[in-house]
Amino acid sequence: MKIAVASGKGGTGKTFVATNLFNVLSGRGEKVTLVDCDAEAPDDLLFFEAGKRDEFEVTHQVPVISKDACTWCGRCSSWCNYNAIFYVPTAKVIEVIENLCHGCGACSFACNSGAITEKPVVLGTVTSFTTSAGSPLIESRMRVNEMSPVRVIKAAIKEAGNEGTVILDAPPGTSCPFVQTVDTADYVVLVTEPTPFGLSDLRQSVETLKTMNKKCAVIINRADIGDNGVKDYIEEEKIPLLAEINYDPVIARCYSEGRLITSEDDKIAGLFASLADKIITEHGTGSNKW
Amino acid sequence: MKVAITSTGNSLDSTIDQRFGRCAYFVIYDTETGGVEILPNPNRDAQEGAGPASVQLVASRDVRKIISGEFGMKIKSLLDSLRIQMVVYKEPEKTVQSVIDMLKK
Ligand code: SF4
Ligand code: SF4
Repeated sequence: MKIAVASGKGGTGKTFVATNLFNVLSGRGEKVTLVDCDAEAPDDLLFFEAGKRDEFEVTHQVPVISKDACTWCGRCSSWCNYNAIFYVPTAKVIEVIENLCHGCGACSFACNSGAITEKPVVLGTVTSFTTSAGSPLIESRMRVNEMSPVRVIKAAIKEAGNEGTVILDAPPGTSCPFVQTVDTADYVVLVTEPTPFGLSDLRQSVETLKTMNKKCAVIINRADIGDNGVKDYIEEEKIPLLAEINYDPVIARCYSEGRLITSEDDKIAGLFASLADKIITEHGTGSNKW
Repeated sequence: MKVAITSTGNSLDSTIDQRFGRCAYFVIYDTETGGVEILPNPNRDAQEGAGPASVQLVASRDVRKIISGEFGMKIKSLLDSLRIQMVVYKEPEKTVQSVIDMLKK
């Protein structure tokens, strides 16, 4: 099964939850894969000792326009939904704005004059690692200046396959990259904080998931530092509360130093283990063991 | 010569829109005839590429100069390639009419 771990704008602990959940499952010998889907700023790797296994580039095809063959009909520009073909016939200017191009191929199709050919452009890379505990960690990394990380994320998720448990550390926000990531998941864990900001972020994520018909559950991080707004809200929405993790300077320091608290603190490891069991027994296929 | 001024509304008393690509309206003023044309900007809510699409729009009207609060980097090079002059005018309080008056002098 695929579990997406997400958290609105970020900074509320989704990476913390994703990496520790992965660590606990991996530690007890289950088949588990972690996919870092935050392609704009992947950082899951920081928490593991891991060796690189494989790497490939994700590309798409962008148009190349030959001015000599162009008959200035304007079809390519009007077919492009993304304003990626800059076309001013009076000045004899036609130009592809590559970082706006989505590689959809509509313009090549539209051109009847054979003026458009295509060339591959690299969008990012997908790198597979194996952690010291023997589990795969797959990182998506978008190339700087690209418009959208979606293709790179999708390629990384595909690379993870379908065996055992796949944990997706989802990109922040609720826009396209988030939607495309959680769309592939069987279950979504939303990590939030008990503050007005946390609540408003959570609301947005929940509303988005509702439109997608996705089941979700909530983990409240730093549960003892805020108010009751988040709890009241999830009760009202009948969203299961998976766990509450209290603020602990030891956890915070451990995280900021790139270490995993579940490798150091048995109590918290236990909390994550029961959390994992809750998700897997309630929603998994039961075939998650080796 | 035609000049495009980004405007927050569809009258000459509207203030200058500080955004170029996502401005509400373009006011196109012809310095020779004194004629004025007001175009709603179809790109104001475009998800992506509002800047280039707006350049394309004003360029198709044969505009030689654009007056707005700010232009993105990519826009500058597109305007250069079309030899359209770009005037940065960071005066959000000023009306379009006041800019036209300046152009008249
Ligand atoms: S491939 Fe699609 S997005 Fe890219 S320029 Fe052509 S029509 Fe536009
Ligand atoms: S569709 Fe082809 S011929 Fe027409 S403007 Fe585009 S490149 Fe030129």
